[in-house]
Amino acid sequence: MISVQHITKRYGNHLAIEDVTFNVKRGEILGFLGPNGAGKTTTMRIITGFMPASEGTVQVAGFDCFEHPQEIKKRIGYLPESPPLYQELTVTEYLRFVGQLKRLPPSRVPGRMAQVIEQLGLGSVRHRVIGHLSKGFRQRVGLAQALIHDPPVLILDEPTIGLDPIQIIEIRDVIRGLAGSHTVILSTHILSEATAICDRVVIIDRGHIVAEDTPAQLSSRLRQSEKISLTVKHPPDNWRERLSTIPGVLQVIQGPTPETSIIEYELGQDLREDIAQFVVNQGVGLLELKPLSLSLEDVFLQLTQQDENLAHAQDASPSSHPSLPVENRTQA
Amino acid sequence: MTPVNTLIAKELRCFVVSPVFYVVGAVFLFISGFLAHLMVVNAGQQALRFLQMQNTYAQLNLNELVFRPIFHSLAIVLIFLLPMLTMRLFAEERKLRTMELLLTSPIGINEIISAKFMSVLIIYLGLLGLTGLTPFVLSFYSTFHVDPILTGYLGLALQGAFFLSCGVLASTLTENQIVAAFLSFGIIIVFGLIGGLGSMLGDTTLGAVISYLSFVEHFDRLVRGLLEAKDIVYYLSGTVLMLFIAHRVVDSHRWQ
Repeated sequence: MISVQHITKRYGNHLAIEDVTFNVKRGEILGFLGPNGAGKTTTMRIITGFMPASEGTVQVAGFDCFEHPQEIKKRIGYLPESPPLYQELTVTEYLRFVGQLKRLPPSRVPGRMAQVIEQLGLGSVRHRVIGHLSKGFRQRVGLAQALIHDPPVLILDEPTIGLDPIQIIEIRDVIRGLAGSHTVILSTHILSEATAICDRVVIIDRGHIVAEDTPAQLSSRLRQSEKISLTVKHPPDNWRERLSTIPGVLQVIQGPTPETSIIEYELGQDLREDIAQFVVNQGVGLLELKPLSLSLEDVFLQLTQQDENLAHAQDASPSSHPSLPVENRTQA
Repeated sequence: MTPVNTLIAKELRCFVVSPVFYVVGAVFLFISGFLAHLMVVNAGQQALRFLQMQNTYAQLNLNELVFRPIFHSLAIVLIFLLPMLTMRLFAEERKLRTMELLLTSPIGINEIISAKFMSVLIIYLGLLGLTGLTPFVLSFYSTFHVDPILTGYLGLALQGAFFLSCGVLASTLTENQIVAAFLSFGIIIVFGLIGGLGSMLGDTTLGAVISYLSFVEHFDRLVRGLLEAKDIVYYLSGTVLMLFIAHRVVDSHRWQ
């Protein structure tokens, strides 16, 4: 449905994205993941036809972005980073305006308006002026604007930004509900969001795609060892050394609390039974034994930091990702 | 509704709720009414003086005493008022990032620019139409030639359209509405002043070309009741040129 081929975008000397290639199948939800400034917005703007790429082409529903830009624009619903709202219009006036602007047939306008207002819970504010709405409602009006002409393709740039947790769940449900009938690309820097709603994830960092797969595949692909978290009631003094004696264990490290240890063993083995047996025999009071899987967060950090090391080697420019929640890492 | 009509309707809706529109409209109508009053009183005094000196009623020429000064004064007022109407057209869209919505909709940049220009032209012609009350009322009390008044209004309409197109261009150049307003004063005033430069150069070819570029002479001819193709062509080509440059500016923003 969407085919992005080798696109590069330069702003003067600055390279925003370089040789980005990916495809999105009909009905799929693709998560576009990356730290702030990685090139997510630039890529989306190129797909929507807001700006042209310096090199490469984009095809949407078989139409080329240079030959039939208007055909592409008719088929795309786009929610930019900041919702494009006219403060002085009411919600219904605004949605009618966007519907007509997107060449929705006049007979379908009222029906579609009622539908998106219902879908996004805008009924209570439909006659209010947009300038007086709260951030959450504005974001929803922004999403309603992208949906009004029932486009087969949706490009959503950080659709849940600035919403409270309940609203985030509601919006995610709306987006999940679009899967199948709509092709969706959504960008986010919230990793749990990508895991929750996306069929496939593209990770982009500093203008390059560093990984592309399903969330589950990504985490298993990057896992080098199995990990288990073990919590006991009364850990004896040399508890971690004792645990290391279990055959097959590679490493034992301290968990988040003194009672918890993280046991690392080789991929492909299953030591859970042996560990449980060992703990019970020691009589230290087994409280919890659970496998740790690599979260998308870990994957993300691994990938972007590999990339960072590479960049350091190349130009020795210091850079960091202040937006990433580093304290959530479970890796030693 | 086509997207262009939709956009015109939306622009008009935004004007109607904007205080700027009411202030500009009120000031424009007040000035035109006040000018008409001044000129009529002045003409009356002249008639009285004439009566005292010659002891007979004079056939006063209202076209020369009332309408021509009004048209010339209104043309100056337009330089200051019309930029107020055009300043927000594109500057605000860029500032509020709604340009992204327009440029990702199935509507061309030329359609966006013509819709915005048409909306502001409709507003201006509406205001100008209201000043037609002056000749309408005066026609009951005196006689005057209608033709120079019609060409005068045509001149104001064409001149206004040209000023508005300068304002549209200025508004595409910046995100700041105040800057856009001053920039369009600047552009309009330059087009006014080069007329002086042209007459300084006298009867040379360069002088004639520069004089032609200024709206001063063209407007003057229309107000005097002369309807010539070159003046109409001047205004229309100037307006189209300004809108064309505005198109290039909006298009170039997409590349940045």
